[in-house]
Amino acid sequence: MRIAAALQDRFIRWALRVRPPEPAPVILTQRRVYVLPTRAGIGYAASLLVMLLGAMNYNLSLGYALTFLLAGLGVIAILHTFRNLAHLSLAPGRVEPVFAGDSARFTLLLHNARADERRQVQLRLAGGMSGIVDVPAHSSAAARLAVPALARGWLALPRVTLDTVWPLGLIRAWAYAVPDMRCLVYPRPTGTAVPPPPTFGGRAGNAARNPQGSEDFLALRGHQLADPPRHVAWKTAARLGADAPLMTKQYADPAAQTVWLAWDVLPTAMPVEERLSWLTRWVLDAHAAGLSWGLRLPGSQLAPAGGEAHLHACLRRLALHGKE
Amino acid sequence: MAKSKSQAITAMQTWWLLAAALSALLPLTPHVPLWLSALALTLLAGRALLNWTNRRLPARGWLILLTFAGSAGVLAQFKTLFGQNPGVALLVLFLALKPLEARTRRDGLAVIFLCYFLVLAQFFFAQSMATAGLMLATIVAVTAALGSLADARARPADLLRRSSLMLLQAVPFMLLLFVLFPRVQGPLWGLPRDAFSALTGLSDSMAPGSISNLSQSDAIAFRAKFGAKVGDTPPRDQLYWRGPVLSEFDGRTWTSERRLPLPRLAYAPQGPAIDYEVTLEAHAKPWLFALELPGQLPPDSLMTGDYQLLAKTPVTARLRYTVASHTAMTAGLDESAGVLRRALALPGDFNPRTSELANGWREKLKTDEAVLDAATRFFLTQGLRYSLTPPLLGQHSVDEFLFDSREGFCEHFAGAFVFALRAAGLPARVVTGYQGGEINPFDGYFTVRQYDAHAWAEVWLKDRGWTRIDPTALSVPSRISQNLAAAVPAGSNVPLMARLDLTLLRELRLRFDAVANTWNQWVIGYNPERQREFLNRLGMRTPDWRQMTATLAVLAGLVLLGLTAWALRQRRRTDAAQRVWLKLGRRLGRRGLPRASWEGPLAYAARIAARFPESATEIRAISALYGRLRYGSLDPVLLDELKTRVTRFQP
Repeated sequence: MRIAAALQDRFIRWALRVRPPEPAPVILTQRRVYVLPTRAGIGYAASLLVMLLGAMNYNLSLGYALTFLLAGLGVIAILHTFRNLAHLSLAPGRVEPVFAGDSARFTLLLHNARADERRQVQLRLAGGMSGIVDVPAHSSAAARLAVPALARGWLALPRVTLDTVWPLGLIRAWAYAVPDMRCLVYPRPTGTAVPPPPTFGGRAGNAARNPQGSEDFLALRGHQLADPPRHVAWKTAARLGADAPLMTKQYADPAAQTVWLAWDVLPTAMPVEERLSWLTRWVLDAHAAGLSWGLRLPGSQLAPAGGEAHLHACLRRLALHGKE
Repeated sequence: MAKSKSQAITAMQTWWLLAAALSALLPLTPHVPLWLSALALTLLAGRALLNWTNRRLPARGWLILLTFAGSAGVLAQFKTLFGQNPGVALLVLFLALKPLEARTRRDGLAVIFLCYFLVLAQFFFAQSMATAGLMLATIVAVTAALGSLADARARPADLLRRSSLMLLQAVPFMLLLFVLFPRVQGPLWGLPRDAFSALTGLSDSMAPGSISNLSQSDAIAFRAKFGAKVGDTPPRDQLYWRGPVLSEFDGRTWTSERRLPLPRLAYAPQGPAIDYEVTLEAHAKPWLFALELPGQLPPDSLMTGDYQLLAKTPVTARLRYTVASHTAMTAGLDESAGVLRRALALPGDFNPRTSELANGWREKLKTDEAVLDAATRFFLTQGLRYSLTPPLLGQHSVDEFLFDSREGFCEHFAGAFVFALRAAGLPARVVTGYQGGEINPFDGYFTVRQYDAHAWAEVWLKDRGWTRIDPTALSVPSRISQNLAAAVPAGSNVPLMARLDLTLLRELRLRFDAVANTWNQWVIGYNPERQREFLNRLGMRTPDWRQMTATLAVLAGLVLLGLTAWALRQRRRTDAAQRVWLKLGRRLGRRGLPRASWEGPLAYAARIAARFPESATEIRAISALYGRLRYGSLDPVLLDELKTRVTRFQP
């Protein structure tokens, strides 16, 4: 069993021909597509053998013709199945960062440059399996692959097996690809009931005690998609009617509510990963509370700010802490 | 590689399986017992109903019960479960039952494979062109169903189109394999006893009525191909195709005696030889037919002491052989006493009136020839009539035919004549076979049908040996000079092809027969000999299996290469506008201003404008036009404009 696995591994490494990961787009040239009969195909061949013997025994000329026609069909099936996969190209699509413990979702774009639809292409990872994708002619289709994200940091897309048994299910064509794709995995935040950061600098403490203090209305501006829904000026929208653009309420300078989330406020005995989990939780909470926060890690710090971009910058810093 | 668990099949896939099963079962219904057809169709309809109403499949127990009940029915019908007909019946039963327990893809595959087997089984019963066409339709449907198992979301029209396309592409392989796959002559093992139960033809016994039964059939007995020259076909009154020779008579039935093979021909060939090739339809009996008398035997055949040509095994498949006959041959001058004694034997107490008449000839006349003359004169003058429906005869059948009813078919004539001669002391016997035939003007084959079955007499004379006398010809000459329809009274029920009217219909039928014959000769009759002959004609000098396999491999490889090229071909990615633009780049390239591969139209145009300032306006217009065509829609009017402007652009 172990020898078989080792042999398969060796085969795959040989089969890939390039050292993974491969730059995009990955084109499955004909040399990378392998073909073997499926179990159904072997059954089909066995049936044909029985039919051939029957035709011989009874001198059925049309029995020969039938057997030969079906044998030809089997050969043609090899070509059609092979063609269904050959020259398909694979490009990385979006990958959203996830928290450790969730599933990383890789989107792969399959592009079909041919004038015929490619049907029933299946993408598989060593562990799980994705759905089956049909790629229309001269067009692309997206396939999503879920990979469990176990640890923070970069998670590379493992080897993908693309296979298809279309059109008859008698033949399986497959190819391996390791597209250069990775997913950022944020540290897993600790449970929700955590105490707020124990140290506060200056006025930040007030903010922590009274996070609602930031609700000083300043002005209205045009709505942007990223604005939190609770900042939309719904009353204004109701007054202006459905056709009018949405407005977003802006609040007074949140600098007064700045907190510093720092590495060294946590107990020295706390292991690194747990520390990062706590900081992640605090960053999320600070963002949810609409605060402005700064992040201080050993050797680096991010100046206080608020909003999505800052949130992700912080999480990225936490995810890659000690890994770059 | 394969998934451990087979996927469940969808309702759509079930419809496909049912359609495939129906298309495989329907053509078989005439060949299996009626109750089985009804049961199978009911089961399929039941499965369709379950699928329609989205209900659960029946419990396994019911299916086991049905399987046993059905198999018991087959057993009761055929008395066995082994053999061709019960085998087909069981396959039909299983194919009807399998969809009722088809839950997964693997079950679906079993249904598909059973369907393919039943297509093969269909060829047990018929291998005509119509059957082939019908089965092709079935194969398309079954293959589409196979496709649906691999692609649950495919539209039915796409599945049918894909299946037809793939089968079409498989045809070159089929033809190559059909022609070049080394054929073996079956059977490989013993055939079941019932394999050829449905065949008709002459038997080795003759009772009143046995040949007139055959006269109702216009099925083809055999075809003969004579040389192409005029005169190669012998005149009609010499077309006596010799079959079983009957020399034993029990008062009612003539039977052939035990057949002893002759070590060599008992006669020396005389007169000109007529060479011809016979394609004999299967009739499950060993006899071969040849014109009287064959001077050279086909391979794997022997001749009996009464000059009957026999194959070494019963003819269970269409058989082709070449023979040379000498129609003017005398044989049996030194016939053994035993044979002559048996040719005189008569059972006592039958036909007293005929015996008395014959004894009278013998007493009055001195020589055998004179007795024979008397007998022929009697048949000429007795006013015997030829009829397809002679009255039933009693114990003294010869007496009743000759003196009372005077109405009979050729077996009456021949039997009565031989009886009379034997009673008069002349060794004589009945010969059955076919007389006449008809040339098919469309392919030149001489066609002999079952209604050409005939019986005549053979008498032994001391200095002439065995001599053929046809008593039917004496009384009803038109049977021999024309055919059956000319000889029987108007209004008789004569098969279509024997009739002398309805020429249009007959011509259509002859045309069809000619096509069917080509099909039979080249497709159905493509056996090891024909393969050798055909490959010889194609230039393979000594085609053996090694050469055939090698040629097959090379040619199949070439076809595969061509198809692979098709499979991997990429469409040209340049459009018409791009081609014009690239042409311009090549032309300016010759003048030292080639287009760089990374260069966009505007950048290139700017470079050209800088080099040829007097053409700057024109090249900018051209590049703008190209941009509109290339990145907008391909307007044919604008495309023409682009073409002319590019052609005219000569800075």
